[in-house]
Parts: sequence; C-alpha cells; structure tokens
Amino acid sequence: MPNLIPRPLRRPGKPGTHGTSSYRPTGNGGGSGHDPAHVANGRNGEDEGQLTQLVEQGKEAGIDVVGWVDERTGTTTLLTGMLYRKVPKGTNWFYTLGSACMIAFAIQAITGVFLAMYYRPSAIEAWESIQFVTTEVFAGQFVRGMHKHGASVMVVLVFLHMARTFFFGAYKYPRELNWIIGVVLLVLTMVMSFTGYLLPFDQRSFWATVVGVNINGTGPIVGPYLSDFLRAGPEFGATTLSRFYAIHMLLVPGLLVALIGAHLHLVMKLGTTAPPWLKAERPKRLRRREVEGSREDGS
Amino acid sequence: MADQTTPSGSSGEEEFRNPDLPGSYPGETVTRRRLFEGAVQAVGGVAVAGIALPVVGFAAAPVFSQRDEKWEAVGAPDLFDKTSYRQVVITLVDDIGEAGKTTVYVREAAPDTFPMEKDTKYIAITTRCAHLGCPVRYIEAAGNFICPCHGGVYDFQGKVIGGPPVRPLDRFQTRLRNGQVEIGPRYSVTAQLEPVRTRDPGEFTGGPGGIWNLLYPPRPSVPPAP
Repeated sequence: MPNLIPRPLRRPGKPGTHGTSSYRPTGNGGGSGHDPAHVANGRNGEDEGQLTQLVEQGKEAGIDVVGWVDERTGTTTLLTGMLYRKVPKGTNWFYTLGSACMIAFAIQAITGVFLAMYYRPSAIEAWESIQFVTTEVFAGQFVRGMHKHGASVMVVLVFLHMARTFFFGAYKYPRELNWIIGVVLLVLTMVMSFTGYLLPFDQRSFWATVVGVNINGTGPIVGPYLSDFLRAGPEFGATTLSRFYAIHMLLVPGLLVALIGAHLHLVMKLGTTAPPWLKAERPKRLRRREVEGSREDGS
Repeated sequence: MADQTTPSGSSGEEEFRNPDLPGSYPGETVTRRRLFEGAVQAVGGVAVAGIALPVVGFAAAPVFSQRDEKWEAVGAPDLFDKTSYRQVVITLVDDIGEAGKTTVYVREAAPDTFPMEKDTKYIAITTRCAHLGCPVRYIEAAGNFICPCHGGVYDFQGKVIGGPPVRPLDRFQTRLRNGQVEIGPRYSVTAQLEPVRTRDPGEFTGGPGGIWNLLYPPRPSVPPAP
C-alpha cells in the first residue's frame, strides 16, 4: 500500500510512515488498517493510545490529500497569497462590505438555481409554479424568501460598498478602472432587480414592469425602440416573460460573474487603501532634519 | 545615402520606398505578411458575423416585425350610447391568458356635441393611462377618467384635465361589421385629438412643427394611424 505514494509526497524524516499502512487516499487513514504491531508516527516509538493514533493518521491523510492537489494546481500558493496578504494599517469593518456583496450575490445565485428548478417561465404557469414552491416544496418558502429579501440586501450592500469606496478615496489612481467596473456591476445589479421582479407574475410584478418599461420608453429617440426590445413588441406579449427570464438567468449573471472576477483580480493586484484618516509617514530622506543646537532654546 | 538592401540600385526612387517595411520594393505598401494577416482577420470577422448577426437579429427582431391587424367583435350597436361609456374586454395578445387582455371604453360618436367626431360611428378609448400605463377608470358621475396611480384626470373625450399625463388617452379603431361593433388596432392622438401612430405611455405627441413626432419616432412594429 505505501508504495503507491510517489516518492516526493512521502513525508521525509518520519521513519514510521514508510513502514505503516497509515495512508489512505480517501477517507480517514487508519480506520480499518490499524494494527497495534505497527510503529506509530515516529515521534515516539510507543503506542500513544488508539484514539490519538487514529487522529494522527486522519490528519496525516488529510495533509497528504491536500498536498496531492496542491502539487498539481498551486492552490496553496494562491490561497496563502490571498488570505495572508498585507493590508494597510487602519483596515476596519468597512472593508468587509465588498466581500459581503459577493456573498450576497452567491446566495442569490444558489437560491436562484433552486428556484429555477421549479419555475415555469410561461405567462400562464409562472404564478402557479411560484405558489407551488411556496406552499408544497420542502423549505420552498424559505428559499424563495432568501432570494426575495436577499435581493434587497444585495442592493443595500452594493450601495454601502460604493459609498465606502467613494468616501475613502479608493477610486483614485491606480484604481480608476476598478471603480468603473464597480459602476457597471451596480447597473447590472439594478437590471437583475428589474428583470427578476417580473418573474413571479402577480399583479404587482406585471404592472410594475409595464410602468418600468414605459418609463424607459420616455427617453427621446431611442426610448421607444428600447422599450420594444425589452418587451419583445409594442405591448406586453407572449415572449416578454421569456425574454426577462433569459436576461435574468443567463445574460446578466454571466456578465456579473465575469466582472466580479475582474473586480477581485484588480483588488488583489492593486491592494486596498488605508482609511483616509491615517496620514502616511513621510519618507525619512524627505523629512526635515533637526540639526543639533538649532532649536530656539539652544538644544 | 547608399542603401545596401535595395535589390536594384535605383537610388532615384528612394522617396517612394516605405521606411516601415525594410527591404521593400519602391512603391510597395502591402507585403505578403500584411496581406495574409488582413485576409485571415477578414475570414475571422466573417465567421464571427455569421454567428453574431443571427443572434442579434433574434433578439432585435420584435422591434421591427409587423403584426397582423386584429379586429374583435364586442357587441351589437344597441349596447352603446352617446352619453356614457360601456366597458368591454378585448384580447390584445393571444395565448397568455389574462395578461393579454385589456378593457376598452366604447360609446357612440356624438357629432352634435363634438363636431370632430362626425366621421366615425363609435369611439373606443383605452384604459391605458398616457402617463405610465396604469389602468384608468371611467367615473360615471363626473364624466371623467381617473388614473389611480399618480392622479391623472381626463375629460369625457379623453383629453388631459389634470395630473401628469402627457397626451390624451389612446383610442382604438372601430367599425361595424356583420351587425357587430368591432374594435381594431390602437392609435394615439395629439392634444387636438388628431390621430398618430400609437406611442407608449409617457411619450408626447404633436407639438409645434411636429417636433415630438421626431423625438418619439413612429415605430415599424405598430400599424399606422387611421
């Protein structure tokens, strides 16, 4: 069994591991293969007790699994680079708002996937399918509620994050492109809210969408055509709901994921800023040097 | 300025040689490399267009497609009179249940009271408010249409007498066929009740010199006004 492990991955300096069958590629090591006759992990030659031995073998196996993946992907380097990176002094709770937005989006995506398993995007069946989710499906009301209120949560967090970035001056050089991407993300979030609102297809959804698309149509010259494009025709028609569903489920989430990826990449690359109430220290060579005896009182 | 790289010792044509293309013949602007690069990019562009144009067309087609005119019978002529509106329901879009239906207020034309109505027999007024599209209601006692959303008020003819609407209520074409009053396609009106091609709610019509018809152009997806 031990000879299946390639040489570099075996832990050097632990003579106990070579002779034992403590490594299992899957599951906890040593669960079934524990043999009291084998030497334990080499820290001391004595048997430390069965439970401790199991735990040690479990940890060993876990570490080896991670090592196997890491050697082939470089994940550990990436994760330590991300999680252990240096941040400026003064980083505070405001800086968590960006991650909070991303978590809110992840929650929307996951709950959205589960809702999509039951939703029927037809003008006649949509409302019924949502009623089914709310009343008959296990935890359906919970998942639907998470999605509905999660949308409001996400919008609030996005605005708070935008305000934090603005008031901390974190949009300035070299982070201008990040700000621009953030604004596009804001607009896409609004589009998600608008298109998602129609999907339950009750009276409020329907009329809110009618009014919203008509507001869109009041823009001069392009407005009417844009409204026609959104509604798939001059009035709310048979394919309007499908169109909104496709935009809500496919087009905008794809764009959101791509742009969030770009946004995060830029944050990692450029680093975060210190809060504006902390002044940076002047470099030593630019500070005015005090010459001895030059002060007014002669010191 | 002896140039060792010229294949033929033509020193008199130096000014035609392209300095960006070392070793080029005098007057040469396109090398083989450039030609092939351009050709491959053009082929790539054709391939992308072959995918992208149908996709864009797919999404944008409803903006330009024209639908057939629909006429729907709503009742015998003796159901409607000149002094009050009667509410009827028509189907604008088939196959989507209630979402495709709308109510219409119908009355007989009254050319004695309103001289401009002498050419039509019936007047059919939409319930779609000209402000943002909420359904308006006819109030019998006041002879007005009132919109619940933002407080728009229209008079008996559908002209705006209060609130945010930007133009009078839209109308539907009407005709008498086989002893039934029929409701046809929708059209919008200017402030003077002249017909124009239908516009969405919130869009002005008319204006001095027809300025609003330029800013809100008529769309190909709706039928022309009568």
